[in-house]
Amino acid sequence: MQRYILRKRNYITLISAILIAIAFVSKLGFSNVFIFNIALIIASVLGVAPIVIQAYQALRVKVVSIDVLVTIAVAGAFFLKNFEESAIVTFLFLFGAYLEQRTLNKTRSAIKELTEMAPETAIKQIENGEFVEVDVDEVDVGDVLLVKTGAKVPVDGTVLTGEGYINEASITGESVPVSKKEGLGVYAGTILENGTLQIKADRVGEDTTFGRIIELVEEAQDSKSEAERFIDKFSKYYTPAVLLLAIIVWVVSRNIELAITILVLGCPGALVIGVPVSNVAGIGNGARHGVLLKGSEVIQDFSRVDALVFDKTGTLTIGNPQVAETRFYADNSDEVSSYLASVENESDHPLAKAIVEYIGDTKLYSVENTDVVKGGGIIALVDGHKVAIGNVKLMEQEKVPLNEQARADIAQFEEKGNSIVLTAIDGELKALMGIRDKIRPGVKRDLQKLKKLGVKKLIVLSGDNQGTVDLVAKELGLTEAHGHMLPEDKSAYIKELQDKGQIVAFVGDGVNDSPSLALANIGIAMGSGTDVAIETSDVVLMNSDFSRLPHALGLTKAIARNMVQNIVIAVGVVLILLASVFFSDWMNMSIGMLVHEGSILAVILNGMRLINYRQRGHSS
Amino acid sequence: MKKATIQLGTLACPSCMQKIENAIKSVDGVDKESVKVMFNSSKAKFLFDEGKTSADNVENAITALGYEVKKTQVKDA
Repeated sequence: MQRYILRKRNYITLISAILIAIAFVSKLGFSNVFIFNIALIIASVLGVAPIVIQAYQALRVKVVSIDVLVTIAVAGAFFLKNFEESAIVTFLFLFGAYLEQRTLNKTRSAIKELTEMAPETAIKQIENGEFVEVDVDEVDVGDVLLVKTGAKVPVDGTVLTGEGYINEASITGESVPVSKKEGLGVYAGTILENGTLQIKADRVGEDTTFGRIIELVEEAQDSKSEAERFIDKFSKYYTPAVLLLAIIVWVVSRNIELAITILVLGCPGALVIGVPVSNVAGIGNGARHGVLLKGSEVIQDFSRVDALVFDKTGTLTIGNPQVAETRFYADNSDEVSSYLASVENESDHPLAKAIVEYIGDTKLYSVENTDVVKGGGIIALVDGHKVAIGNVKLMEQEKVPLNEQARADIAQFEEKGNSIVLTAIDGELKALMGIRDKIRPGVKRDLQKLKKLGVKKLIVLSGDNQGTVDLVAKELGLTEAHGHMLPEDKSAYIKELQDKGQIVAFVGDGVNDSPSLALANIGIAMGSGTDVAIETSDVVLMNSDFSRLPHALGLTKAIARNMVQNIVIAVGVVLILLASVFFSDWMNMSIGMLVHEGSILAVILNGMRLINYRQRGHSS
Repeated sequence: MKKATIQLGTLACPSCMQKIENAIKSVDGVDKESVKVMFNSSKAKFLFDEGKTSADNVENAITALGYEVKKTQVKDA
């Protein structure tokens, strides 16, 4: 019976609306006071039923809830034979709750969309080799699964056979399809747009990247800042306090009307709901734009950040050195390239890899007598020629003459921040290559946006030499640059900034800078979606996408502002209501309830604005 | 000890949270410290001693309050 009434709450709301309408039509239209009263009494009793049940259940588990206040208030009005007020107050309360639920669902929609992307079924290979469709919970690590065009990848896995294009937007926020073939990893929740794949399950259920993201986002939106915990505690005692105040007013003034009006006006709705609403809408927005914000405390801190400290390699730069410039001092450059590639193919040095990648497909010779010169380079015999590849020191050691032109080129390359690789064949200089790590495209623009958002200091810390770091800082317009830094130097530097009273955010790829990520007020990880960094940091930029950073900062600032607005609305409304009940004669229970419900809707609608937050001047 | 996650119907008021939290804690065999009701995702998470109680008992305590239970997952803690 109780549950039946609760489930039919929306019908009850509708019926009491109709009854109230009938009552006023019969009174104003036909001057029929009898029907007016009967209709309102029915509306009151009907309307108060679900509220009474909720109040009773709350009291049973020792909670003085808002339902308790409203029940007493309605009972009081009924007792005073003021059926008009009792009917309207119950109706407004129920209708308000209905609207709250509808609008709250809206603020949670972004996260709901995310969880609904979770795969539900999988096509699994069973013992006899056939494929059958099973619930995703029945998939274990090591199972072989079939993914067809248009289907969701059910688990994190590795492609065994087949090729296809996968939309990884649910993991990376990037909707351009990615090509997948044998040996490549696929993620749960991503969609195979064309092709057919057989995959082996590596991680299932909550252990998949997608599962972890959902769990993180869910925990984040319900995690509370100190301010919120205070509000929670406050509202726990606030509701009983209002009840007490009403009783005191009644005892002192002997005015039941006034006492029950206070009960209605004192309802704490907007205050307790305002801050969580901003939170959930904001975190939802982030999740949709590839920014994971881990909770409300992080949002507060990040919105007030003073200094952003960046790791260089892998953060400001791509982290993948490439040949940037070349000079050949020979006519037969193809042959030089072939010799060079043949030798470098033997090495797994990052610079050698960059060169092999740069030269690409070419004729390869067999290489003999390979000799690696530590801190210099490599010497080998190729096709009967002596090939020396390395830095200036190696050339001097091998007595390779460097003419004026070559020396000028080397100086110029170095100035641009390149590492130098020289190639000599039979004691004669043939080629010069400048290799450097490229700055991520768009980083400069993103850093300017961050400055505009009010970040005072943009600092780069790196283990590279000061020259290279200075160059990067100059090119990107950073305020400070420090080279030759070990991981512990970086965290010491952050500590120093914090001691000066600054709020510091550290942006890194989480590989070797975890102490800094942990120490900074806000640790921001460039997560490729699979990193452990997702777990240890406060903010994760999905797909290592640097351009999400300005969005993240702008968003946290917007969320923080939104929360303040909501607190002002909530507290302001309660103060105005309480003042007007004592100092004006137009205030009554119905108006109080209307304003009260209105303020709840106002904070929810205000929070909803965050769902569509977007950086100004950013179109995507 | 087992870990249970209960997906509830949408929670609309913060006091619902308090009610559900107290109701779950009142079930004998539930680790009181572990009870966590999440408002926005409308989920309840807690640990319980499978020798003393079951997830069904907790579900009943919640539905007796008038709240809907959509899905329950129990895993080894």
